[in-house]
Amino acid sequence: MTTMTFGRAITAGLRRAMEDDPKVILMGEDIGKLGGVFRITDGLQKDFGAHRVLDSPLAESGILGTAVGMAYRGYRPVVEIQFDGFIYPAFDQIVCQVAKLHYRTQGAVRMPITIRVPFGGGIGSPEHHSESPEAYFTHTSGLRVVSVSDPQDAYTMIQQAIASDDPVLYFEPKRRYHVKGEVDETGDASASDMGTARVVARGTDVTLVTYGPLVPTARDAAVAASDEGISIEVIDLRSLAPIDFATVEASVRKTGRLVITHEAAQSGGLGAEIAASITERCFDVLEHAPVRVTGFDIPYPYSKLEFHHLPDLDRILDGVDRVMRRHNSLSGPTTEGVSQ
Amino acid sequence: MTQDHALQGSEFDGGTRVPAAGTATGAVLPGPAHDGADEPVQLLDHLGVRHAHEHYDALVADVDGAALRKLYEDMVVVRRIDAEATALQRQGELALWPPLLGQEAAQIGSGRALREDDFVFSSYRENAVAYCRGVDLTDLLRVWRGNASSGWDPYSINMATPQVIIGAQTLHATGYAMGILQDGDDAVAMTYFGDGATSQGDVNEAMVFAASYQAPVVFFCQNNHWAISEPVGLQAHVPIARRAPGFGIPSVRVDGNDVLACLAVTREALARARSGGGPTFIEAVTYRMGPHTTADDPKRYRDANELEDWASRDPLARLATLLDSLGLLDADYTDSVKATADAVAAELRQGCLSMPEPEPMDVFKHVYSAPNSWLDRQQDHYERYLASFEQAPQEGSR
Repeated sequence: MTTMTFGRAITAGLRRAMEDDPKVILMGEDIGKLGGVFRITDGLQKDFGAHRVLDSPLAESGILGTAVGMAYRGYRPVVEIQFDGFIYPAFDQIVCQVAKLHYRTQGAVRMPITIRVPFGGGIGSPEHHSESPEAYFTHTSGLRVVSVSDPQDAYTMIQQAIASDDPVLYFEPKRRYHVKGEVDETGDASASDMGTARVVARGTDVTLVTYGPLVPTARDAAVAASDEGISIEVIDLRSLAPIDFATVEASVRKTGRLVITHEAAQSGGLGAEIAASITERCFDVLEHAPVRVTGFDIPYPYSKLEFHHLPDLDRILDGVDRVMRRHNSLSGPTTEGVSQ
Repeated sequence: MTQDHALQGSEFDGGTRVPAAGTATGAVLPGPAHDGADEPVQLLDHLGVRHAHEHYDALVADVDGAALRKLYEDMVVVRRIDAEATALQRQGELALWPPLLGQEAAQIGSGRALREDDFVFSSYRENAVAYCRGVDLTDLLRVWRGNASSGWDPYSINMATPQVIIGAQTLHATGYAMGILQDGDDAVAMTYFGDGATSQGDVNEAMVFAASYQAPVVFFCQNNHWAISEPVGLQAHVPIARRAPGFGIPSVRVDGNDVLACLAVTREALARARSGGGPTFIEAVTYRMGPHTTADDPKRYRDANELEDWASRDPLARLATLLDSLGLLDADYTDSVKATADAVAAELRQGCLSMPEPEPMDVFKHVYSAPNSWLDRQQDHYERYLASFEQAPQEGSR
């Protein structure tokens, strides 16, 4: 076991993947000498050469489009999108080409492209640097979407994403890059499955589902709730497309209550998909309608107000109170028979 | 009207200003190569007169009578394929077809310059290029009959299946060429697109990447003067070939209805790419004689005189005239060409009509290369749904 930051764990995973497979090529803006604006590719160009760590012209569609061509040629491109809000120029290439070429060619052409996206807020940045665009991609068939929440997963899942013959969007919670954790670098990445969700805190009263940057917040919420005698089971989805609903369902069958939290806007977001799918599967055991605690349906706000937008410990606990029919922000003075 | 005129440009309004593709005497001065010169390279004028060219003659010195005959046969055959497919659409056997009528020389001339290990990334109109790559004729029709999203395995003929998103394939070609560089190979990626595509960001980004990495890619733009109903003047205020030098990419304008000239400039571009010289941009000036697709009606937006003007520059007629002047257009030869074209058309029709119908559950195939819990569940439910019709009693309530 080695103690390393979340960001360093991704670097280590990239390094391992590049050592294991000479077809792995990194592409992106400022990823060479600079090592990326978050330094995730630090040292890789020096060690593997400029032919394997390519600084790209500043054109996201161009980066993804050429990655498609590289994949046609048998390479495994790992693309860095510098910030979440910069991915949209590449949207057409991702949605129309990366996602669909395998289907279009009836399996003849594979697109083993990994698209790394630092995402989410909480770092005091200007517009376009703090977004959570994952639902655009979970809605697109042909893509796999994952988000990691701790250094061990960061290390292992980047290798799994690169090894996947299907394209993977790998969302990195940028505000957690400096969080430290233990990483076992000796394990075989292919031994586990990035498609499964993980129960990160056991509980019996409420199932709290989240991913990426809010996993630590959700764990904190579980600790805080236990002080009031409420037992929360926290699930880190890890895979956002497809979602491992079997794990969520098993938990909700035990707790009867579901709270979903994410930074992304609410309407049409992943919370809606999870609420609908779990309601379809678990309607008979639900004690309350699923509750979503999410970012608002607004453009990502300027940084002095961003913590009003981002779900935090107290807003999550307020959601837990709602699903528990306890006194909460919407219940008014009484606590009896309150649903929302 | 004034505004329209301004928007559509003064030089290329509606494609009516034909770049000097030969004069009454057929005299065309050899323009300087690779600098995006406006005067198209021409070796065979619209009257079928072969003109010497100080630079490009050497590139087609091997094209003897037999090779000229083969090029002519190719063009006749692909025109026949085009006509047969159009007929199949009119008869309800195809949902749609994008004709290449008028662009045979551009596609055959460039397509026959390619090596087997080169890789083509085209749009949907390059059926003659696919023919050069050795495509199974039935595969040309699968998409247009609605039986598949692509007709062939790209690796079987080293040609990606046709791209519908305008210009997107130019980036794929550039990336593929970057891969060729990584491999230290001397193959070339060739990408085809139209004048409309040159307005797309992807095409411009592709030229940036190609120039920066000196990727072995050839940009073959068929300026057929029309992007559905929009004239080339709306896409480009100056000749399209002039843009590439601004990216640091040598370019050449060629008479796209002259199969010899198209062969020559493409060979030169391929040789440059193979020898480490990086990308080249070719603008083949041609004309879309037919509609954009069988669903289009060009009479709504273009002048009959323009069509007539371009008909006089037909790529097949001028080569036939040359062959005739060389004594190579005898009846035995023309009969054999016709027989070949008829056989190809019959094979195409037979392939179309005998194509197996796709199975309902095929819709779920190949979305992913690995099992996917969301999709597997939907597939399972749909299978059970379909099965419920077979299991359901003839009478009774639902």
